[in-house]
Amino acid sequence: MADQSTHAASTAEADKGYWTANVRIILISLVIWALVSFGFGILLRPMLSGIAVGGTDLGFWFAQQGSILVFLALIFFYAFRMNKLDAEFGVEEE
Amino acid sequence: MDQFTINLLFVGASFALYIGIAIWARAGSTSEFYAAGRGVHPVTNGMATAADWMSAASFISMAGLIAFTGYDNSSYLMGWTGGYVLLALLLAPYLRKFGKFTVSEFIGDRFYSPTARLVAVICLIVASTTYVIGQMTGVGVAFGRFLEISNTAGLLIGACVVFAYAVFGGMKGVTYTQVAQYCVLIMAYTIPAVFISLQLTGNPIPALGLFGDYAATGEPLLAKLDAIVTELGFNEYTSHNGDTLNMVLFTLSLMIGTAGLPHVIMRFFTVPRVADARWSAGWALVFIALLYLTAPAVGAMARLNITDMFWPNGTNAEAVSVEQIETDPRYDWMATWQKTGLLGWEDKNGDGKIQYYNDNSETMQAKAAENGWEGNELTNFNRDILVLANPEIANLPGWVIGLVAAGGLAAALSTAAGLLLAISSAVSHDLIKGQLNPSISEKGELLSARIAMAAAIVIATYLGLNPPGFAAQTVALAFGLAAASIFPALMMGIFSKKVNNSGAVAGMLAGLIVTLVYIFLHKGWFFIPDTNSFSDADPLLLSIKSTSFGAVGAMINFAVAYLVAGMTKPVPQDIVELVESVRVPRGAGAATADH
Repeated sequence: MADQSTHAASTAEADKGYWTANVRIILISLVIWALVSFGFGILLRPMLSGIAVGGTDLGFWFAQQGSILVFLALIFFYAFRMNKLDAEFGVEEE
Repeated sequence: MDQFTINLLFVGASFALYIGIAIWARAGSTSEFYAAGRGVHPVTNGMATAADWMSAASFISMAGLIAFTGYDNSSYLMGWTGGYVLLALLLAPYLRKFGKFTVSEFIGDRFYSPTARLVAVICLIVASTTYVIGQMTGVGVAFGRFLEISNTAGLLIGACVVFAYAVFGGMKGVTYTQVAQYCVLIMAYTIPAVFISLQLTGNPIPALGLFGDYAATGEPLLAKLDAIVTELGFNEYTSHNGDTLNMVLFTLSLMIGTAGLPHVIMRFFTVPRVADARWSAGWALVFIALLYLTAPAVGAMARLNITDMFWPNGTNAEAVSVEQIETDPRYDWMATWQKTGLLGWEDKNGDGKIQYYNDNSETMQAKAAENGWEGNELTNFNRDILVLANPEIANLPGWVIGLVAAGGLAAALSTAAGLLLAISSAVSHDLIKGQLNPSISEKGELLSARIAMAAAIVIATYLGLNPPGFAAQTVALAFGLAAASIFPALMMGIFSKKVNNSGAVAGMLAGLIVTLVYIFLHKGWFFIPDTNSFSDADPLLLSIKSTSFGAVGAMINFAVAYLVAGMTKPVPQDIVELVESVRVPRGAGAATADH
């Protein structure tokens, strides 16, 4: 009995650590997500206007191409990182 | 063989393929009807999600909206792809772990309230129905063109086809047919784009050609485009001419709406494991990005080709003559599209030429007075025809035009079918079985699902006859509604242990009602024309157009939910445990439908 409750307590503890780590990864990813789209693509475009890309500027490229490529990288990074985290905390599916 | 026969052949062959697959994989039991027994690989699922997702709005409408506006409509590109990041990070894995079939089941259980489930069902039905209206607009354009009939007749025929298709499919049929549809639609979108990119820039990859050099003059393609559109009095293509606040909110609305739409989220219930739900979202975006990276090139290059078509000797020389439009085979597309009622021109000053320019521009008005022009003579160019007319404008071979017709229909059809399925499952599974009559038989549930589908398509067709905007704009309204109602509830359900039943219900209702009223005030009550009090040109609140209001609605939803939850009873212990279990993948069994 005592064994089981210790085990349950340590599982709950581990789950909490897992969730904190997960939320941190999500936050970092969302900062990048917002930076490339709302940042480089829209609000910071005037600052990037000096960098010419094929007849226009870098902000235009981010709005129509770059942000999409970064989104892709972010999702695959997250899936890869989380599957590793699942194993680290022993919370993966059987 | 004439173009009509080629189109018929391509569309017929692709339909035979989809229907063949649908019959082969016909749904038997209710659980198969909804979620295909959960045996779908992430790559397959990603491809099917992409087909489900890329509708008439993405395929038929979006590049046209970008072509005629330029940079300012980049919101569609960022919004409809950026939403997948939110979906993959914030929702998909947890909803898969929760392991039920529908979005409203999650909301009902997490907020331990049949009322919350009912409100979620209403939100889903409102958003999905608006979405179907946009699809029907696209269906009308595609059928009208390929049968060479009026837009209205095309819409009515299209509605019958969509309905027949959705009733016989079910999700399992839909999953594999959608893989086939994805292949057809992505080929149909990229092949003409590759041809055009080669013609204009010599680069076979349209996304690179867009930033390459215009082969005819050697200057950068976008610089050339900027130059010729400004010479005709239009806004510069690459510059930011609209309002920044509106652009940010519009992009955000499309993003969070993507993560709140039931027919997309439902896809992530059908993967075997939580880890697969994460990969699935990535694969879906890979397949979606193939089209979205090409779309801006399609838009810019089409704008260049169209302008060139009307000013064949440059914008400072003579405009194209009426005689040339009527006799030159390069201009045949204009006569074909005129039949649909979506393209029109008129020689207002009777000089035998068609001058296409911006007659709202003061410089151009001066130039017009000097040359005896009496207004823009390209009187109607519906944005939704651009992608379908594009291969004809670029004078591509007949089989490419046939392929594009098949692809446009695949796009409109697959999404309309997916949405009808989401609506029918919301009504039969959540509303009737979950609330009104829990003892309904499996047969009765299937029957009510089909009646719900029929009702949805009748309403959508009726409103599609007088749509509130171009296909992609109407669809954007649906995203605003999903953003304001469903996404915040799902997110709070997973990331907060404090938001309780009353908070969720109040939040969803506030978000939905405020957004819906804002849309109706600008687009007409229930989208009935001329019943609006404001217009998007001069919106009620700051510069926020009705299509951008979803993000504001979502903020209202969050705020109201936290406020109400803070004043009412805290979340019970068993629900706290439910939230904790949803957060870890361990122990995710097969999903169940025990309601």
